[in-house]
Amino acid sequence: MELKVLGQEPVQSEGGCSSSGCGGSSDQLSHLPESIRKKVQDHPCYSEEAHHHFARMHVAVAPACNIQCHYCNRKYDCANESRPGVVSELLTPDQAVKKVMAVAANIPQMTVLGIAGPGDPLANPERTFETFQQLTEKAPDIKLCVSTNGLSLPEQVDELCKHNIDHVTITINCVDPEIGARIYPWIFWNNRRIKGRKGARILIEQQQKGLEMLTERGILVKVNSVMIPGVNDEHLEEVSKVVKSKGAFLHNVMPLIAEAEHGTFYGVMGQRGPTHDELQQLQDKCAGDMNMMRHCRQCRADAVGMLGEDRGDEFTMDKVEDMHIDYEAAMEKRAEYQTAALASLEAQRNNTGESFVALSSISKAKKETRPVLMAVATSGGGVINQHFGHAREFLIYEASPTDVRFIGHRKVELYCAGGDTCGDGESVLQKTIRTLEGCEAVLCSKIGYEPWEQLEEAGIEPNGEHAMEPIEEAVAAVYAEMVEKGLPDQIEDRATVQIGA
Amino acid sequence: MAYRIIETCVNCWACEPLCPSDAIYEARPHFLIDARKCTECEGDYADPQCASICPIEGAILNPLDEMANPPGSLTGIPPEKVEKVMAVIQAR
Repeated sequence: MELKVLGQEPVQSEGGCSSSGCGGSSDQLSHLPESIRKKVQDHPCYSEEAHHHFARMHVAVAPACNIQCHYCNRKYDCANESRPGVVSELLTPDQAVKKVMAVAANIPQMTVLGIAGPGDPLANPERTFETFQQLTEKAPDIKLCVSTNGLSLPEQVDELCKHNIDHVTITINCVDPEIGARIYPWIFWNNRRIKGRKGARILIEQQQKGLEMLTERGILVKVNSVMIPGVNDEHLEEVSKVVKSKGAFLHNVMPLIAEAEHGTFYGVMGQRGPTHDELQQLQDKCAGDMNMMRHCRQCRADAVGMLGEDRGDEFTMDKVEDMHIDYEAAMEKRAEYQTAALASLEAQRNNTGESFVALSSISKAKKETRPVLMAVATSGGGVINQHFGHAREFLIYEASPTDVRFIGHRKVELYCAGGDTCGDGESVLQKTIRTLEGCEAVLCSKIGYEPWEQLEEAGIEPNGEHAMEPIEEAVAAVYAEMVEKGLPDQIEDRATVQIGA
Repeated sequence: MAYRIIETCVNCWACEPLCPSDAIYEARPHFLIDARKCTECEGDYADPQCASICPIEGAILNPLDEMANPPGSLTGIPPEKVEKVMAVIQAR
């Protein structure tokens, strides 16, 4: 039998690619042009796989903001919340630089430093650029990025270009001022507070102008959009088209996080976030026009460490002040680690290439066989290697007759903390199962008897038979089995759970 | 006459660089306005700058000791709605 090895064909940067190495592999970088891929391959925020090898940190040096967003509360000081715009400790540029050097010396995986708030970095140009300038001198091996709402971007582009910044993220939630007025109550512009539609129109113009100016100068621009059901959900397809046409290299549609406790307009007014299903459908629609990002963890503005984890507590300013740092030595260690990590990632990429052979075994299935969502427990390396009860998040894959693709991730509370904390394990387990709604199988290295039973009851097939196997291969195999057994035409219960609920 | 920053200020620095009279300064627990320097921006700007960028309702008082940005004016959240939601949260 002749098997076609899909992953080895040259991949176009857009359209027409149905192999898993393109739209769907956990490595979303593979469909980017080589020049861009090189720039972002060790950036944990841009690749599901890279985030297991590389770490990032944000320094909170930018407290001021020049706009108000309905999903943000400017009384941002909270230690227990994990979402953008929230920080515990505001830093001066000097303190931030010390902290970055301390983290870089202790966490060799650290490759990227971002300034993301808690306000808007470009509304605090002196603090932001002072931090970047010092780091360029003292820690030249660290990549710098910045994110912004875009309002002051055009006037800051020249200054941005003077620093060693190769990625800028602009949050663009709309290109229509009518919709903007429902997201941004006001902006501060030309020494006045401007409300409603008029303010939104200026913000949109500035964002678009800034995007164009950056791409003209060869700086990579990622666009973030917050999906707000009933406000901009349908509109974001248009946003995706527009930002792509202006040169953004990646679009990241994130779910609205809105809880009454956060005190935001949307939280208090009861605006709901999207369900997993709605988010995925929108991301799929936009994917026709744009490279989509699927694994954003929506970090705090002072997050430290690997994506999804926060080691900020180990590097509070009082602890950092006491650390002795030999950056020269640390830099060597970092370079060694990072070279090895890149090699390992490359090997993994080649390894997953082989999985396409296995994928073709399912292509015998009828074309009209419907796709199936599966959840995967992994701690990295592209294999199924995590116990169900130890997973803090599950990666979601969609298997169809033609491919297996990475759809996103869903966070869960730790169901099993070991020891005698299992007393209220049941309710957490129930929550986890709700989070997995829409999935029809969960693949993990091991799973306990109790969750097994409850998953089955919920219509999710637990599967521990593919431990240590490459994810895509295993998902394809499980899908093939399901098809063999006869897949019902309709999934009984579609996902209705709001993200973060 | 002068504007005044009160304790609900979150020290976000937004107002400080905007003041045409350099009247705003960093202090703890919160930023302050030097009443001798504050001109209410008269002659410089149509609107008082600190009160025009401040994101926190009630944190800045005008010379009549009224809130420059009363509850609901910046976030768009009706004050009674905040009370209701707070009561629900506390009852949990």
